[in-house]
Amino acid sequence: MIGRILAIAAAEFRIQRRNRWVVMATAMMTLFALALTFAGSAPTGALGVDLLTVAVASMTTLAVYLAPFMALMIGFDAIAGEGERGTLGLVLTYPLSRGEMLMGKFVAHLGVLAIAMVVGLGAGGVVAALTGGAGPDSVAALARLIATAILLGASFLALGYAASALAGSAAGAAGAAVGLWLVFVVLYDLGLLGAVVFDGGGVFTKSVFPWLLALNPADAFRLWNVAGTDQVALVSGMAGAGQTLPAWAAPASLIAWPVLAFALARLAFQRVEP
Amino acid sequence: MTDDRRPPLKIEALEKHYGPVPVLRGLGFEVAPGERVALLGHNGAGKSTLIKLVLGLIRPSGGHIRVAGHAPGSAPARIATAYLPEQVAFHKALTGREQLTTFARLAGEAPSAVMPLLERVGLAHAADRRIGAYSKGMRQRLGLAQALLGRRRVALLDEPTSGLDPLSRHDLYAVIDEMSANGTAVLIASHALTEVEARTDRIAIMRDGALVADDTLPRLSRQAALPIRIRLTAAEGAADQLHAELGGQRVNGSAVELLCPADQKMAHLDRISALGETVRDVEMVPPSLEDLYRYFCGEDRQ
Repeated sequence: MIGRILAIAAAEFRIQRRNRWVVMATAMMTLFALALTFAGSAPTGALGVDLLTVAVASMTTLAVYLAPFMALMIGFDAIAGEGERGTLGLVLTYPLSRGEMLMGKFVAHLGVLAIAMVVGLGAGGVVAALTGGAGPDSVAALARLIATAILLGASFLALGYAASALAGSAAGAAGAAVGLWLVFVVLYDLGLLGAVVFDGGGVFTKSVFPWLLALNPADAFRLWNVAGTDQVALVSGMAGAGQTLPAWAAPASLIAWPVLAFALARLAFQRVEP
Repeated sequence: MTDDRRPPLKIEALEKHYGPVPVLRGLGFEVAPGERVALLGHNGAGKSTLIKLVLGLIRPSGGHIRVAGHAPGSAPARIATAYLPEQVAFHKALTGREQLTTFARLAGEAPSAVMPLLERVGLAHAADRRIGAYSKGMRQRLGLAQALLGRRRVALLDEPTSGLDPLSRHDLYAVIDEMSANGTAVLIASHALTEVEARTDRIAIMRDGALVADDTLPRLSRQAALPIRIRLTAAEGAADQLHAELGGQRVNGSAVELLCPADQKMAHLDRISALGETVRDVEMVPPSLEDLYRYFCGEDRQ
């Protein structure tokens, strides 16, 4: 089983490398991370924290948008694209289960994302530490940021696969991927914000809203990183919502999402007739 | 080991409906080890559906399929099955060697099996070129190479020669013969009647989701009782006399064509030879696979 998963993963990683996705994703992450680090170097003195802490806070916001986007861009083609190009039918006649095939692709795609996150966010962190100093806390915050960004990417990779299996065509899957990104990263927050404003500090805002926030993987990612370090929370000004939640809520959500989304993708893939 | 005594492919009372529309209706046949069977039928007769069912890509609505004794789609059945799709496609970004190595690993074969196979299908020189730069013929050869991986008991080839030049076709049939000599049961779905006529052991014809013929070519000929065509070239100016004597049909100035049932062939030849000098030449054409195909598909309105 492992051998077959690795065979698919090796081929898939090669394809991603030749399609320039590895380079593009890494370059995109690095560019934005460096830009944010330099842009964020101004307010350090005022808040009394090192530059790396500020950089981690701004890169958290960056990763909330970019990690799901890149994951969906890689993931949407996984099943629908193969079906359309006619490569899926042949591969599935080999002694390879659909779960193994999906897992092989997942391993390769997650590898691509991990490289982009480690190099991109790492570069931003190193530059910040060299120019503005770093402490053990801020280094831990950076490590947490990279690890959680990979988890966030994993969630959206699997969601992309599910969209790919359900859409029926690569174009449809691409549209669904854009829709997923908009809903999870933009509209969900806007909706919650509207509800909070409407509620005006009532029961919803105090007890329901934080849980709804943790339920969305993108917000869980933000909460986990913010709640992890007081200083990051201070810089990002997002401490309020996290404090009413138990410490396990955001991590549990962000760890459960990739697993559940993968299971969903696996189920959806079963219905595909090549 | 017990696998080897079971038929490579056994199909019984197979049914497949898409909604209320029947695609396969009570299909049944067997393919023996080393046997090459041509699967013929119009577009939409159900050939591709049958192949997908044997591969386990879709589920039957009724009936049974056994691939080397196993349920289609199960791991042992997949190991035993080679498949060459009609429009064989690979990842453009991979090289031929990389793609075949991936398939070898999936089939549980050593990567060292890959280069000899590429040589066997004449792709060794392009092994490290990307598949995106391959011609249609080269992709088809790569498809054939992956079908040769491992020791397969059944090979399902869907229109294997479509789009191939004559030389590549010849190579392809040489490889098919080799598979059959190694004991692989080969099922070839095709529209190229003259090719499969010469290159297969048995003919199965599908029509509207059912099998309307399944036998060797000579036996199908007998069963159909299609007439043999006898073409006589008359001596100078004797065509009219010949036509009056034997009947049949005048073809251009000097020839007469007769249709005679297979069992009266000798009687006709006797009469023809009795005419002596009047006949300059005799040519006999047995019914071709094309005639048989028309007959069994119900399109012979003569």
